[in-house]
Amino acid sequence: MSSSAFSRRRFLRASGALGALAMLQRLAPAYAQAPGGAHAGHVGMAGMAGKGAEGAAGKTSTYDLAIDRAVIDLAGTSAAAVTVNGTVPGPLLRFREGDEALIRVSNRLHGEDTSIHWHGLILPAEMDGVPGVSFAGIKPGETFAYRFPLKQSGTYWYHSHSGFQEQLGVFGPLIIDPREPEPYAFDREYVVLLSDWTFTDPHLVYSRLKKQANYYNRQRATLPDLFRDAKREGWSATFANRREWARMRMDPTDISDLTSATYTYLVNGLPPAANWTGLFHPGERVRLRFINASAATYFDVRIPGLPMTVVQADGNDVQPVTVDEFRIAVAETYDVIVEPSEDRAYTLFAETMDRSGYAAGTLAPRLGMTAPMPARRARPLRTMADMGMDHGSGAGSMAGMPGMAAETHSGHGSAPTPSPARKGHDMAAMADLPKPAPASPPAVDHSTMPGMADMPGMKMPVAPVASGEHAGMAMPATSAPTEVAAPVPHGPDNHGASNSMVAMAPRNRLHERGTGLEDAPHRVLVYTDLRSVRPRPEVRPPDREIELHITGNMERYIWGFDGKTFSEAPAPIAFKLGERVRLTFVNDTMMDHPMHLHGMWSEPENGAGAYRPKKHTINVKPAERLSLDIEADAPGFWAMHCHILYHMEAGMFRVVSVA
Amino acid sequence: MRHLFPALVLASLATVASPARAQHAGHGDSAPGADAPIPPTAGEPPHITYGWAPPVEDRMRFNYVLIDRLEFSSGDNPDALTLDAEGWYGGDKHKFWWKAEGEERLEGAGEGDIGVQALYSRMIAPFWNVQAGARYDRTWGPGADLDRAFLVLGLEGVAPYWFELEPSLYVSEEGDVSAEITGTYDVLLTQRLILQPRLDLGLAAQDVPEFGVGAGLNNVEFGLRLRYEIRREFAPYIGVSWVRQLGETADLVRAAGEDVSDLRFVAGIRAGW
Repeated sequence: MSSSAFSRRRFLRASGALGALAMLQRLAPAYAQAPGGAHAGHVGMAGMAGKGAEGAAGKTSTYDLAIDRAVIDLAGTSAAAVTVNGTVPGPLLRFREGDEALIRVSNRLHGEDTSIHWHGLILPAEMDGVPGVSFAGIKPGETFAYRFPLKQSGTYWYHSHSGFQEQLGVFGPLIIDPREPEPYAFDREYVVLLSDWTFTDPHLVYSRLKKQANYYNRQRATLPDLFRDAKREGWSATFANRREWARMRMDPTDISDLTSATYTYLVNGLPPAANWTGLFHPGERVRLRFINASAATYFDVRIPGLPMTVVQADGNDVQPVTVDEFRIAVAETYDVIVEPSEDRAYTLFAETMDRSGYAAGTLAPRLGMTAPMPARRARPLRTMADMGMDHGSGAGSMAGMPGMAAETHSGHGSAPTPSPARKGHDMAAMADLPKPAPASPPAVDHSTMPGMADMPGMKMPVAPVASGEHAGMAMPATSAPTEVAAPVPHGPDNHGASNSMVAMAPRNRLHERGTGLEDAPHRVLVYTDLRSVRPRPEVRPPDREIELHITGNMERYIWGFDGKTFSEAPAPIAFKLGERVRLTFVNDTMMDHPMHLHGMWSEPENGAGAYRPKKHTINVKPAERLSLDIEADAPGFWAMHCHILYHMEAGMFRVVSVA
Repeated sequence: MRHLFPALVLASLATVASPARAQHAGHGDSAPGADAPIPPTAGEPPHITYGWAPPVEDRMRFNYVLIDRLEFSSGDNPDALTLDAEGWYGGDKHKFWWKAEGEERLEGAGEGDIGVQALYSRMIAPFWNVQAGARYDRTWGPGADLDRAFLVLGLEGVAPYWFELEPSLYVSEEGDVSAEITGTYDVLLTQRLILQPRLDLGLAAQDVPEFGVGAGLNNVEFGLRLRYEIRREFAPYIGVSWVRQLGETADLVRAAGEDVSDLRFVAGIRAGW
């Protein structure tokens, strides 16, 4: 560490709390400042809601970004970061649909290339910002001018695609305001950018995982856990459960590779103690633009006392659906609207999927207010369903499994407690029942269904539909999409030594809440809730299906596709320009993987037919078989990878060519 | 276990003998009915075409050192200091692996032994490496120092039910064949307090009296060590170790005036980074 860094740190300590706060504010981007003046994290003007951006299309919006190393203050500790214009996260970039973006990115690092990738943006391949795929990268001292037309609108983000720079702070929010009015109203808006920070050099983090993959798991099952489970479930059931996991050399507590053992979780760059605060006047509609800019953390987001109406996912408007909690996978975005009517504070709580930590902030009518933190929940466990065991035959024997039944039964086998508040859960449970999937054409056209035609209203105020209650629209929105619901047996290829598990009966899990949320006593967003506002003008069946198995060897921290890392299988996956490709992922690991295809929208086969959502990142659950339909309309080379940074660097990465 | 070891050695030999066993590049092409005219992958990636650095660096090499036991032991036989360490350098599949194990008796005029191994290690299955290389042993004490060299073929990995196993087969320069197997299991009492049972077995096909080795199963060592992981990298421990010499080896030990059964108290540190 340089002497200037040291003196800055000493200065921080000497200057005391007030000075440190001032420094913090100077180092944080304007939208992230905690208790700060009139803007206080405000990214937009009150009253702009529902209006399209004004002015003629075609103007060029210019930003200059400098990537540099800096020591920042985090939770009172100095942190060696890589910053964008001096801050972590980087500045908010705001554009208007139809304009042109010109972003000049300067590399001020020493001896290290950099890059910025515009996550989720549809743009020419050479502007996508992936070194080694789209361009050579930005050398030290160089400036690269990204110039591309803005063909979409919504909430997005940007991040470095070079080495571990994303973990070190090179990320920020990007908003494109639409030309057309949005089909929902709001009075003010905030970016809520979630991230994970480690004070350990990410290269060291990675090397620790390579040497001992459970290095950061401090929630493993212990001998006292065994006795506790046996007391509750009986010895024979407990042993049966432990024996099955041990036989496969898998660990049901393996939820996240990186945990609060190394991470501090941030809202807009601020740890919970700094309490990022978004101000509101009671009665206002507040739009929260959630972005998960983490390197390796899934968050479960809730605001106790405040239902959230999801109106946008991955930048694309969806039919409003009201939930109490949603899981945001790494690199996803969700826009929600909340209507705090009381003159009180609300805690914005983003608990990590493994429950080892949380990011938190506050929504309040005035600065300095706080609300109670919700009680922390028990760490979840993976189930045999996550191992891809045959569900039909496995359900019965799993019902009495200790640990799972008590802590995390995933809605199958054990009888759900009847409760009106658990409607979504019950429906998921019913959908889980082994039953023959009715034959159904690949793409059901729902646009002709009665009651749907007038759903996507341009001027429609927030008309919430509770999660799990789409049944009112006479369509099985929360059941498994029928065309891919039945488990598909795994083929004979076990993918070699780099893959330690094969999901015997991988199945569609888009309607499931995911590990740790099965029993949450409230509404939880599931992927089958996501229905785009407008029907696709044309949904043709895919021309071709490409099946890709997500594989890994957790014990050795090897990650890839079809048992191979990128360097072992560098040849591009070939899409033909103009074809519609069905990309089917089969997750042969017991971890969740956020899959991200650059350059083209991924349309998950979630049963919504013509209303299926467009996403840039989709979580593939353990042992899931999931299909994405893709219009291969963007010529060039594109990256396709798991967005857990350490999985990507370990080889869970491919190049896709469109020609 | 009796069945597992030979089977694994055979399996490993078979795999080493056919390293180019083909795997399908795109899984889709092995799926029934997938007769698409377009191949799943085609051409070369842009970083090759344009001479760029690859988009991800998934071939990093790492260096790992594990001092599994650096321990003091005390029992009926003389107090001793034991070192048991290993480490590797390499990538996911191919590694240079080294091992070192030695003991110095702390009473008398100085007596001890050390064995070091240099091995090539290759991943052959999700949980297993096969290892081959050379071992060099040296003993010192009363009389002249002795040394000998071996060829080594071994396995290292995790068996079902989380048993860490390390079976090795040795052929000395004199043609003497011997084998060792070490098995450990971690019992988590808490996230940091870990009880580790450990079993070491030594077998030999021939007598090698100058090294105190008799034919047959010649020693069994069962240990129970309780460590506290102050950090993942560093854990002090205490425990007991019961050592039993058997067969002709036991006769040689008796002839040297020592006990063939020895319950020892151990204390040491485990460090890995």
